[in-house]
Amino acid sequence: MKRELLQVEGLSVQRPGAEVLRGVNLRVGNAEVHALLGLNGSGKTSLALALMGAEGYRAEKGRILLDGHDITHLSVTERAQLGLTLAWQTPARFEGLPVADYLALGMDEPSRERMEEALEAVALAPRAYMGRAVDGALSGGERKRIELAAVYAMQPRLAILDEPDSGIDVLCLEDVISLVRRMADSGTSVLLITHRDEMTNVADRASLMCAGAVVKSGTPEDVRDYFARRCRPHEDLLGSQPWGAEAGGTYQRVIAEGARDE
Amino acid sequence: MSSPSSSDGRGVAEAERSPAWTREYEGILDAYEKAGGKPDVLQVPRVASAVISASKVLSVNEIEGISIEAKETEHGVQARITVAPGTRVEHPVHLCFGMTESEGLQEIDSQFEIGEGADVGFLAHCTFPNAVKLKHVMDAQIHVGPGATMRYREAHYHGPEGGIEVLPTTHAQVDEGGRLETEFNLTEGRVGRMAIAFTADVEARGAAELIAKAYGSGDDDISVNEVVRLNGQGARGVTKTRVAVRDRARSEITTTAEGNAPDARGHMDCTEIVRGAAEARNIPIVVVRDDRARVTHEAAIGSVSKKELETLMARGLDEEQAVDVIIRGMLRG
Repeated sequence: MKRELLQVEGLSVQRPGAEVLRGVNLRVGNAEVHALLGLNGSGKTSLALALMGAEGYRAEKGRILLDGHDITHLSVTERAQLGLTLAWQTPARFEGLPVADYLALGMDEPSRERMEEALEAVALAPRAYMGRAVDGALSGGERKRIELAAVYAMQPRLAILDEPDSGIDVLCLEDVISLVRRMADSGTSVLLITHRDEMTNVADRASLMCAGAVVKSGTPEDVRDYFARRCRPHEDLLGSQPWGAEAGGTYQRVIAEGARDE
Repeated sequence: MSSPSSSDGRGVAEAERSPAWTREYEGILDAYEKAGGKPDVLQVPRVASAVISASKVLSVNEIEGISIEAKETEHGVQARITVAPGTRVEHPVHLCFGMTESEGLQEIDSQFEIGEGADVGFLAHCTFPNAVKLKHVMDAQIHVGPGATMRYREAHYHGPEGGIEVLPTTHAQVDEGGRLETEFNLTEGRVGRMAIAFTADVEARGAAELIAKAYGSGDDDISVNEVVRLNGQGARGVTKTRVAVRDRARSEITTTAEGNAPDARGHMDCTEIVRGAAEARNIPIVVVRDDRARVTHEAAIGSVSKKELETLMARGLDEEQAVDVIIRGMLRG
């Protein structure tokens, strides 16, 4: 693994009625694309929000290190200023805020060239989008691309992309994959959250989340294989919150058996 | 016409350009710029304009099809703006109202007569940059003739003190097939106390769209009372209000839409953002007097969305900066 940029150690997060993260351990290297796989409800988005420091997702136990600095108790702003950012799975909309202004917000030195490059990187024509508002007049797919463009324009040290492929048609998956690769090539580490196995092709390493914990890390091939063998067959049975009481402990058994297989 | 005018774009006779006139003219143009106006435009001969400072008419520029009569009164000006039937005005008419003094009263009585089939825009800037104890009272009568279109945008700047009362009252009559679009903007500097009262009567197939935007802080007091009466068959009316209040500011938005005729359609849309100890109220009143009419309303009052806030903070903005971006966007939208 490349030199570590992100270290997550024993991170636990409690939400009303559920422990959504249960001792997560994760490492992401410098300029590494790290895919985070997992079924719906496995805790991937909770981890993204906890890493970003979102309200309601503060660590109860454990710690988060960014380039060796403990950021566990920093605010969202402080984390962003250290180079960490997040592209939300369902991006927010901003009435009256032009795309150009939105892209410029995260840039140290906003330039039109960089903004245009960012829009082109997500296959949007700059002339058609720069002046439009980031509001409800944009489709979900357009909004998603603009969110990715904003993260690209920011040139963060670590970009957490929460399901960047959702809401974007299959034909355009290549655009997303190409964007992720460009980010890594320019020195940005990417934590790529997805539940689509094929998205791991772009990754250098991968981890698998189940029941609020990372249960396996390794090469994308290994993790994808494990995911296909141990998790996919139980997708229907496990439902969206597999570790809940309604799953009757099935999930824990699957994970435990999977772990023993290793 | 009682006001000085000329064709050189500055709109005043050479003999009247005394040092005192020049000082006042330059003073009000500085203030005009603070309200977002572009002073250069007032020098362009093909752009109709009027510049009024306190109770003085400093310049008037008329163009073909547009007549501007302005008469000075004890505390202000009476103005009558007439657009001849069928006139299509390429550039908006620029109006500058204001006072550079810190105290006083300005009363503007205005009449707008838009002739049948005419199409005209107005860009008005009302500026009181030094207001400490000022009162600006405006009484406007608007008549949009059959098939005519009038777009009126008014931006205010009241300076940093908030020592001003702004009391505009407008009645608009929109004839058959006519269209009136107004936008009131008070989003820079303090508001002070502002009470907008606007009533529009819309006849068959006519349309009225009223937009009001304000950003209050300190102990500002914002009151907007708009009534749209859709009196003719197929008449359309929309009110859109965007208000943000912080500190101890208060806002009360009352909008009424009356569906009084077959196929009339009205909609009221109000969004208010509240921060700190501020208070915001919205009172939509729906009146329907014809069973083929339809009036709807939507309102959202509250704090800034957490997700919007955290999205911007994840780009490195602190909370106050993020709130400001969201509010400014809302007020621009």
